Amino acid sequence: MRPSPTRRLLHEGLAAQAAERPGHLAVATPEERVTYAELHDRAARLARALQDAGVRRGDRVAVFAENSATAVAALFAASTAGAAFLVVNPQTKADKLRYVLADAGAAALIADLRLAPVAAPIASELAHLHTLLLDGPADAVRAVDGARSVAEVLATTPPDPRPTGAIPLDLAALVYTSGSTGNPKGVMLSHQNMVFTQGSLVQYLRLGPDDRILNVLPLAFDYGLYQALMAVHLGATLVLEPSFAFPAQIVRRVRDEGVTVFPGVPTVFATLLAMHRKEPIAMPSVRRITNTAAHLPDDYVPPLREMCPDALVFKMYGLTECKRVCYLEPELVTSRPGSVGRPIPGTEVFVRRDDGTPAAPGETGVLYVRGPHVMMGYWNLPRETDRMLVPGLYPGERMLCTHDFFRKDDEGFLYFVGRSDDIIKSRGEKVSPVEVENALASVPGVREVAVVGVPDDLLGQAVRAYVVRDDGAVLDEREVRRAAAARLEAFMVPRDVVFVDALPKTDTGKVRKKSLMEGVPPSA
Amino acid sequence: MQDIERDVRAFIRENFILDGQAGDLAGDASLTRHGVLDSMGVLELIMFLEQRFGLKVPDEDALPENLDSVDAIVRYVDGRLGAGAPATPPAAARAS
Repeated sequence: MRPSPTRRLLHEGLAAQAAERPGHLAVATPEERVTYAELHDRAARLARALQDAGVRRGDRVAVFAENSATAVAALFAASTAGAAFLVVNPQTKADKLRYVLADAGAAALIADLRLAPVAAPIASELAHLHTLLLDGPADAVRAVDGARSVAEVLATTPPDPRPTGAIPLDLAALVYTSGSTGNPKGVMLSHQNMVFTQGSLVQYLRLGPDDRILNVLPLAFDYGLYQALMAVHLGATLVLEPSFAFPAQIVRRVRDEGVTVFPGVPTVFATLLAMHRKEPIAMPSVRRITNTAAHLPDDYVPPLREMCPDALVFKMYGLTECKRVCYLEPELVTSRPGSVGRPIPGTEVFVRRDDGTPAAPGETGVLYVRGPHVMMGYWNLPRETDRMLVPGLYPGERMLCTHDFFRKDDEGFLYFVGRSDDIIKSRGEKVSPVEVENALASVPGVREVAVVGVPDDLLGQAVRAYVVRDDGAVLDEREVRRAAAARLEAFMVPRDVVFVDALPKTDTGKVRKKSLMEGVPPSA
Repeated sequence: MQDIERDVRAFIRENFILDGQAGDLAGDASLTRHGVLDSMGVLELIMFLEQRFGLKVPDEDALPENLDSVDAIVRYVDGRLGAGAPATPPAAARAS
């Protein structure tokens, strides 16, 4: 027997699958079907090309692309080259892309050709970013200054990456997440973090190498990213879709590909259920339905089981800083309504009072998380890191303070009570009110703006902007939303805009958002 | 067909777009991949088509080949109108 390859570093899992099941389908997209041997080959050539271009151990490599097989290969290529990857949502507008690439100090950027109008000028402006690879037809790429084509690189570079000396403590990825300061923060995850976490997830989800895992979520979102990581970890198949924009197309893909794992967020399931009520949907191949990002209403579960009679439904909770905190065993979904279950395998949690003492069963406190999945910290943000990572049980060890309020029942099941910051969760994505306020403040005619989340059955929370207009400015809701759409990703654009004469403020000049929401209630 | 295209482009321009790129959005450019439409946007688009052209867009037609570019939408609407949908547009469309 061959000695089995080591799997301490994230990309070693891909090498292992390419050796063990080279012909097995790794990634199926609407455009192509890629086996493990091919995915590994692509990642190895790209890794060598990155190294030849000057990428070194510890550098950062950014991927700015739609969900595609090349994007998945690019993540593993960065890792193989000894670098950490960061994935940027393809909807990201120029200002934020510049911020993230500069903050990460990215050495290389791998992007879709169609995103070149946004990406190329920024790439040439940043001194540390020396390599731009574009995925698209080679002659079209040649027209872009300073760029090389991914296809050409794959055709001309040998699949022989150089050894890097990387160890599991090294940075494997930066996952950017909205912060309450308005600028996104890079969550630092080591190889050790990610290899541990993918193993814990597949264990409790009871997945195996013959699973076919759907992913309609952006790879920039850690829930989307981990679908790809879990698939490779298992040697399973990733069925990749660019988005959930066309639900009927997704249902068709689930049937055609025999998808067994359907990860979603409540808006995805709400859309499917709305279709199902009109005309029944059957997806009998699905064995696992997973939900996170916002609470899955208990009454969604029976109709989901009608659509997918053999599916186990998993309710989960997590935050990017540790990927996932807990999950509810699907057998308990009906007997533990409202609960998000217990910690994922290999980890533990504590609910504590303000003074640090343990909360009693049923008592609300702050949730702390301890385990190998907890992030290394925020990139370049030591103060924010110290706010989130607090002393653990042993000298020098740190655990995560989520700053979210939870209670535990007497059997240890967790219930989410609320957030302690003002981050909005809409459509399963985090929205920083400050980021939206900053974007709207630059719109001509806007004097002042305050952004809040209002409860919404479908979205979890909807983004609402209260706007004070400049004297004489004629600005309507549509214009404000359109201006927001030009500056922000779609999920951050306010669903409604309320015009007010003034923003109520405290003595210190802080906007009193609670009084604003009382003035115009959520249902308005 | 030109009227359909004009109405569809106007709807997209007014409700979604974009970094001022509305004018030069190619007819065959993918609306979802260019960040013009997301899943909510597709639902709004369907509601618009149903109202403006008096169509019923069944779920099984909500596919990229019918709705993911201006050209595809025009082709789809034109095909549906030709295939027995009401010949006179509903009042809302006439009034605009």
